[in-house]
Amino acid sequence: MENASSPNLSSLDFASSPINQALSSEKKIEHYRQMCQIRRFEQAALKNYSKKGTMGGFLHLYIGQESLAVGASSLMGEHDHMITAYRCHAHALAVGMGMNECMAELYGKATGCSKGKGGSMHFFAPDKNFWGGHGIVAGQTPLGLGLGYGLKYNNLHGSALCFLGDGAVNQGAFHESLNIAALFGIPVVYVIENNGYSMGTSQKRSSAYKDCLAQRADAYDMDWDVVNGEDFYEVRAKMNIAMERARKEYKPTVLEINTYRYYGHSVADANHKKYRSPEEIEKYKRDHDPINLWKQRLLSEGVLTEESAKEIDSAAKKEAAASVTFAEDSPAPTIDDITKDVYWETDNDTEASKIGRHFFND
Amino acid sequence: MREIEYRDALNEAFDEELARDQNVVLMGEEVAQYNGAYKVTKGLWEKWGDKRVVDTPISEAGFIGMGIGASMLGVRPVMELMFWSFHSVAFDQLVNNAACCRYMSGGLINVPIVMRGPANGGTNVGATHSHTPEGLFAAFPGLKVCSPATPADAKGLMKTAIRDNDPVYVMENTTLYGNLGHVPDPADGDFTIPLGKADIKREGSDISLIAHGASVLRCLEAAEILQNEHNISAEVLDLRSIRPLDQDAIIESVKKTNKACLVDESKPFCGVSAQITTLIQEYAFDYLDAPIKRVCTIDAPAIYSPHVEPEQLPNAARIVKQVLTIA
Repeated sequence: MENASSPNLSSLDFASSPINQALSSEKKIEHYRQMCQIRRFEQAALKNYSKKGTMGGFLHLYIGQESLAVGASSLMGEHDHMITAYRCHAHALAVGMGMNECMAELYGKATGCSKGKGGSMHFFAPDKNFWGGHGIVAGQTPLGLGLGYGLKYNNLHGSALCFLGDGAVNQGAFHESLNIAALFGIPVVYVIENNGYSMGTSQKRSSAYKDCLAQRADAYDMDWDVVNGEDFYEVRAKMNIAMERARKEYKPTVLEINTYRYYGHSVADANHKKYRSPEEIEKYKRDHDPINLWKQRLLSEGVLTEESAKEIDSAAKKEAAASVTFAEDSPAPTIDDITKDVYWETDNDTEASKIGRHFFND
Repeated sequence: MREIEYRDALNEAFDEELARDQNVVLMGEEVAQYNGAYKVTKGLWEKWGDKRVVDTPISEAGFIGMGIGASMLGVRPVMELMFWSFHSVAFDQLVNNAACCRYMSGGLINVPIVMRGPANGGTNVGATHSHTPEGLFAAFPGLKVCSPATPADAKGLMKTAIRDNDPVYVMENTTLYGNLGHVPDPADGDFTIPLGKADIKREGSDISLIAHGASVLRCLEAAEILQNEHNISAEVLDLRSIRPLDQDAIIESVKKTNKACLVDESKPFCGVSAQITTLIQEYAFDYLDAPIKRVCTIDAPAIYSPHVEPEQLPNAARIVKQVLTIA
């Protein structure tokens, strides 16, 4: 399965891989539900974003890429950790964060997952092994390395899944991370979510490469693979191999998962229909939508019926609508809240925090 | 009391903290097998081994970010920048990830790291290696910054920094590493100095000289000259910690002497002394008998020329001259 030179790679059916054979019908349906929830959540966010006075700042939508975050999270165990960039809503929901706390964060409310202090790009849930949500392109790649370092330091057999976009592969921090990951033997999996565009610049206009981006791992003597992101089974199968390599061998991997986003880089991306054709977008929606393809797969397996699929989707839509109401009804943070959560010591009112002045507002 | 070098005081702090907490890890370029570029970590790799004392490639953004990530899982990295001047290649990690992750997560995360290394001019290494960024980093809420002037302060502050649960940036000084000073014997108990507590290094009544780092020593030299040649009694207040800052000690000293001269190796524009100036005018305005004066590094990139560099930095002669304009 790992043999990249196999001419029949594209025709392989990853449903037969052991990790997918072990997937129960309940779990298959659950993952369909998660993908629907993520899409409905983001659609609700987008719908309300334009309403005056609801949300500020950016809104980077993941719509079209749902199989990646859900595929990865479906494999996470106690010692597997996840970190990503600013397109983070899906990862947050996939690891089990609730729609309410996420929507409230978009609305800048005190009930948000970051108490309204992080916003769209900065969702965190350390209790679910999810470490953000990071705004600077590739800035999270050394942090992902550090999560892997922490696992190894504590003699734990886990993996650190560090997501990045195809636009992040040209940042120095990423290359520094790859070098150290290979040099130190860090159990990190770098997952390039390749949606073809770094903001408005296509891959061909932004990256120098031979066959693919993940191939750069060769330079660091690191394992790598390319994944067809629209196939949920393939995402899981290949991701599992990389995670097992991390867990069992303390070795890093670069995975490049080909995917597509239907919307712009962010909602503020006014040009997203100019740097790519409407036909291109329509083609993906029609032929490559990961949720629809997973649904078709489950229908053909007899795991799901059209009716139950519809029920799952409308329940997700309802849940998203309820999260909007929750967010709207929630209180905003107070001005006093601005200087909380800056220092651990002052938040915890420790002896150390009482010595010297920490804040300088006059 | 015994006397040891500043570098050995730091070494002792690391050794004691490595023994106290198994999550403490020293990391950086040449800190392990080479014994440290300035021998600050001498012997520690031999004693503690590969797991606790780690050589990293020359890759500041990579290994500093790695340390920040590892700290989220309970590791307590103490990371060396061979020169604090190299902060610029890891700036995103230092000011976004270290300083802001706690805030952006609504307090779910803390980053208990120590960043340390020398931050000083005066060694003829040119502008790129002579930055003094203590004011720069103190300007980022979420970070703590300290700058010890003596071996005892170096040891006491370093141990506190390692135990602190927030990111603490310790600014050392290559010109101080060889200085001898009294440091309590470890046999006499655990020795720490809190962040946020200034120290009067010399009592005086006519003017307050307020400084941190090596400038404290320049102030002590100047105070001696002022006393002997001009009969001026200068108090020398060592801030030790920039953020948190011992504002009470500053205001108390100025209220006593009614005059202040701030001595600061950083550049004058928005440096540490600029912040101290605004605090004094806010909290001790009515006690001032003269304008607040400053002696900073002359406002240009650090000059290489060994003939001139000592004059670009605060020195006793420049301090005396400035004090005499108001005292």
